[in-house]
Amino acid sequence: MINGAQALMESLKREGVERVFGYAGATICPAVDALAATDIAYTLVRTEQNAGHMASGYARMMGKPGVCMVTSGPGATNLITGIATAYMDSIPMVAITGQVQSYLLGRDIFQEVDITGACAPFIKHSYLVKDANDIPRVVKEAFHIASTGRQGPVLIDIPIDIQQQMIDPVYPDSVDIRGYKPSVKGNDNQIKRVAASISAAQKPLLCVGGGLFSAKAQEELITLCESARIPVVTTMMGLGLLPRNHPLNLGMIGAFGTPTANRALNTTDLLIIAGARAADRAVTSPKEIASRTKTVHLDVDPAEIGKNFSTTVPVVGDVKVILDQLISHHPKAQSEAWIADLQARRQAETQPAAAPGAGSVTPSYLMRTLGEQLDDDACVCVDVGQNQIWAAKHLPMKHGRFLTTGGLGTMGYSLPASLGVKTAVPDRQTVVVCGDGSFQMFENELATLKAMGTDVKIVMVHNGVLGLVHQIQYSSYSGPFGVDLTGSPDFEKLAEAYGIPGKRISDDGQVDSAIHDMLTASGPYLLICDVDPMTTTSMT
Amino acid sequence: MESKEHTLSILVENTPGVLSQVSRLFSRKGYNIESIASGTTEDPKVTRITIVMNGDDATIAQLAAQLRKLLCVISVKVLSTEDAVQRELVLVKVKADTKDKRDEVLQIVSVFRASVVDISRETLTVSILGDENKACALMDLLADFGVLEVVRTGIIAIERGIRTIYEDTKESGEFNYGKNVL
Ligand SMILES: Cc1ncc(C[n+]2csc(CCOP(=O)(O)OP(=O)(O)O)c2C)c(N)n1
Ligand SMILES: [Mg+2]
Repeated sequence: MINGAQALMESLKREGVERVFGYAGATICPAVDALAATDIAYTLVRTEQNAGHMASGYARMMGKPGVCMVTSGPGATNLITGIATAYMDSIPMVAITGQVQSYLLGRDIFQEVDITGACAPFIKHSYLVKDANDIPRVVKEAFHIASTGRQGPVLIDIPIDIQQQMIDPVYPDSVDIRGYKPSVKGNDNQIKRVAASISAAQKPLLCVGGGLFSAKAQEELITLCESARIPVVTTMMGLGLLPRNHPLNLGMIGAFGTPTANRALNTTDLLIIAGARAADRAVTSPKEIASRTKTVHLDVDPAEIGKNFSTTVPVVGDVKVILDQLISHHPKAQSEAWIADLQARRQAETQPAAAPGAGSVTPSYLMRTLGEQLDDDACVCVDVGQNQIWAAKHLPMKHGRFLTTGGLGTMGYSLPASLGVKTAVPDRQTVVVCGDGSFQMFENELATLKAMGTDVKIVMVHNGVLGLVHQIQYSSYSGPFGVDLTGSPDFEKLAEAYGIPGKRISDDGQVDSAIHDMLTASGPYLLICDVDPMTTTSMT
Repeated sequence: MESKEHTLSILVENTPGVLSQVSRLFSRKGYNIESIASGTTEDPKVTRITIVMNGDDATIAQLAAQLRKLLCVISVKVLSTEDAVQRELVLVKVKADTKDKRDEVLQIVSVFRASVVDISRETLTVSILGDENKACALMDLLADFGVLEVVRTGIIAIERGIRTIYEDTKESGEFNYGKNVL
């Protein structure tokens, strides 16, 4: 016989789990104890939210669920933002929380919270385990649910007495959940309609999002757009699906997108949305577009169809499979004139340039230079705020990844996500882009970075304000209020206290060499770039 | 699009918290439930929930799709008034403290084919089974005597003829969106 916690660890191993991000506390101690006896690696974070973000960074690189494990009560509530962030970006994750004794549930005893209840609105599914014999099945189901269909976080809440309950576990080989049968293949007739529409179109456009990363459908996307001659625009979550210099890549759509991408969106005669929910930030007037053009929506989640966009031809299924099905019909659009026009416009878009001597760094130039110097397959983890928008607009992606939280926009995501990335792909160059506000939301994780002995470079846009809010207050309210970051530490010294070298620059003339020095330094590095707080995201 | 009354039949797994999961979706998406009724089916592990609500067709379709995403939900069917039989049980406690009044109430009750389920010196409790219109008409008349309290089970509905809710598996629901059901 073994206890529930040991059965939990054995179940995790059977799911191929190699690492858990966590933070211990009384009610999760049996599980931590059982973990210590396995070869599953464990990363201690500095606050539970970041265990979620690290699991997210790990999951996005591995294409399988990341696992985080925290204690009950405050540990669980601290994790909530990590869970909600993963949910909004459809990231596969299994979160395990300790819970008070099952026979005391509901009595508000020390460190009891109803965490399955609290997470209900933003979690794919959750379990409160009341018998240790259920653990093997629950874990198997949780991984299945998290990683199939529209991916997302799943929570397993396990009372401490259940972790200690002695059982003879039975490990199931397969999963059968009556109410869960996600579609894989797209309907053949619908596929034929889509193929025919493409061949008839003169101005077709593919609008792709993070769903293509989840489905691992990058190659299929490239094959389809090239063979069928369809230009591509992306949402923020879809950045990096195509290299920036791919001739059919028109860039990002939306309020912060490129003029050419938005123009294409507004003039297309066949809009194919794939793996994107195309929410408000990406498409500001979905009704207008849908009323004018034929729309095709390819998504694994039937509830996405028609939610933000009314759709002429919906196809539900795994986008990778659907794209393959489409490719097999060899559709080809009459789109050469349209492509030539868009390419000319894309070429004519102004490139960010240096303005040396201004006494502050030009963010667009900073991002462009950074992107140019990065490895081809670098991972860029981007926080939230103006820094995010500048990176999205100006950092040229090659064959790497652009990891940001497009759905929830959670400040403090970037560094913990990058640490998850590093555990998944230790050899890939990994860079964080953040603001001085977001930095202060994750700075405790510099300790985790240090403890991991890993190599993450951090580029901070240092403007002394909560920049994006500052910008909005300037343009739409009575003026800036409560966004001045006075009191912030000397970031170079702070990094130094963690044993991390840093450098501060305040002119475009220094950008090129500073980035070079950062990227060639061994180990972690903090590059602080002074930016004028009045610089807005609409400037180039 | 025009908003009208819809009846949703939802089959769910009979596990703790399902009702709250289902009703949370309605509140989160900002829909008002006009009526909700729930009880087990021929299979004790399965509960059937009937919800009546207002909304346009697109809203109802989106809601049904969201409901199908819940793992506890087995099937969802939107029933139209023409294709389904609807029933609701209403209990009304009426003030009737004289013989005349009691006689009058009894008369009304018999016209409506309702029945009296409790009687005291001061009150009569009337039970009426039917669709919403019938219950409303009865309550309207009883209002003259003084209605002390009312309780309703909520509307339940079942399709006419051979068709059943079991035809709507999640797969067939998605078929509309092009799922391959083979
Ligand atoms: C956790 C969290 N709190 C608040 C916000 C709202 N918000 C969005 S951008 C932003 C400013 C971010 O400031 P900073 O990190 O310095 O980046 P900058 O915009 O200056 O580049 C804030 C407060 C948020 N997205 N996330
Ligand atoms: Mg800032």
